[in-house]
Amino acid sequence: MTDETKKKLEDKIVGLVKEYDGKKRFKPVDIVKEMEKEFADEGLSKDDIKSVLKEIMNDEKLVYGYAGGSFLTLPDNKG
Amino acid sequence: MGKKHETPLLDELKKGKWVSFVREIERAAEKSERTEDLLGQVENSYRDKITHWKHGGMAGVRGYGAGLVGRFTEFPEKYPGVKECHSMRVNQTSGFFYNSDILRKIADIAEQHAGGLLNLHGSTGDIQILGVWQAEAEEAFQKCAELGFDLGGGGSDLRTPSCCVGPARCEFANYDTLQICYDMTQAFQDEMHRPSFNYKFKLKFSGCSNDCVAAASRSDMAFIGTWKDKIKINQDEVKNYVKKFNVQKYVLDKCPTKCMLFEGENLVIDDSNCVKCMHCINEMPKALRSGDEKGLSILLGAKAPLVTGPRLGMMLVPFYDVLEDSKNDYEWLKGLISNMWEFWDEYGVSRERIGELMQRVGVVTFLEGIGLEPIPEMVNHPRGNPFIKFTDDED
Ligand code: SF4
Ligand code: SF4
Repeated sequence: MTDETKKKLEDKIVGLVKEYDGKKRFKPVDIVKEMEKEFADEGLSKDDIKSVLKEIMNDEKLVYGYAGGSFLTLPDNKG
Repeated sequence: MGKKHETPLLDELKKGKWVSFVREIERAAEKSERTEDLLGQVENSYRDKITHWKHGGMAGVRGYGAGLVGRFTEFPEKYPGVKECHSMRVNQTSGFFYNSDILRKIADIAEQHAGGLLNLHGSTGDIQILGVWQAEAEEAFQKCAELGFDLGGGGSDLRTPSCCVGPARCEFANYDTLQICYDMTQAFQDEMHRPSFNYKFKLKFSGCSNDCVAAASRSDMAFIGTWKDKIKINQDEVKNYVKKFNVQKYVLDKCPTKCMLFEGENLVIDDSNCVKCMHCINEMPKALRSGDEKGLSILLGAKAPLVTGPRLGMMLVPFYDVLEDSKNDYEWLKGLISNMWEFWDEYGVSRERIGELMQRVGVVTFLEGIGLEPIPEMVNHPRGNPFIKFTDDED
């Protein structure tokens, strides 16, 4: 995965969560599936997407929440 | 010191000669205002016969999506000490071995950063530090990390694998439960700390079918120690037991498959009909031993209630040569687990446990999906019919 693709993927994931903040809860499993489709032409594997997601979470660009299942959300939503 | 909250119902639970969790909470409350409020909150729930906790929400430590289980009172004005009352799940050691120094240090963390309460060990396995507030979570976590502890699982992820004491203390262990549990915990760190499943997934390892960690009923994938060859019999010791108690009544008659009998004074076992339940070995440990060809059985799909009720695990792999696979870093087992997660990822729906998925799509489809050959021993319970119809030309 090139740095450029990685950046694009990161922006896409964070952007999606931002766009739907308060309207839809994204489960990590759904995001990975969605990105697999979206980035099919660039040949990204599930593991590639998971590793980018891991970096996003480590950098706290997004955080995890829980409501009957785990979901991704913005750090501002953390108490 | 006077009581902050009247707790007549909880006081009932201090009566009798048994250890009382109420008394223990009261002791912690002497040092912690938030735990005083915990008593009030619990009394309130008992009075109203309904829980007043809200679960989930936003609780966690940096980078992790698991390990801190969110809990909030519905009455933050009345019980401000438990406006947040999260549980920090600290990954337990394999087999729950600690020294007193470590336990004291963990207790100190619980006093400094939570309500002074620990829960060791519930069915999750983890050490739980109770009454953590989000603002202190990171510091408490870092202190645990300094002691060498990581957080455990929680949410839609791999829950902290757990095992019985196994060969470290128990003569009945058929494999090294501690080693495999530790190995799987290390191998699947990401799956444990970063929830990416449809729902929870549990791995539990018991060294024999006494199943001291309740794997067969409480884990999606249960590993139960067993053996393939004959039970070893020491006839002299059998005779000693016969002198001490009614072996016929309490051992032979209670064998679930009635595969034991006395020929004269000698005990005979039809091992082809033994289901390795451990009953006879438990009763006469000096006389009977499991065989030499040891390994484990893998059961799939157990869970305690919720979406479609409780279920026991189904026999997925009757005999897995764990010792052999351990020489290859458990390559076969890790492959099987990964295949199952892939399939679950692809075809599972939200909050569907893997056993429920298997039931929904059918065992045959599930086995094809995970690349496991069907065999007749894949049954719901011993002596049940196999799920798969085999034709005459198949073995
Ligand atoms: S499950 Fe079996 S091996 Fe493990 S501690 Fe219990 S009796 Fe011993
Ligand atoms: S292990 Fe259980 S099934 Fe086997 S002989 Fe003993 S009592 Fe019978």
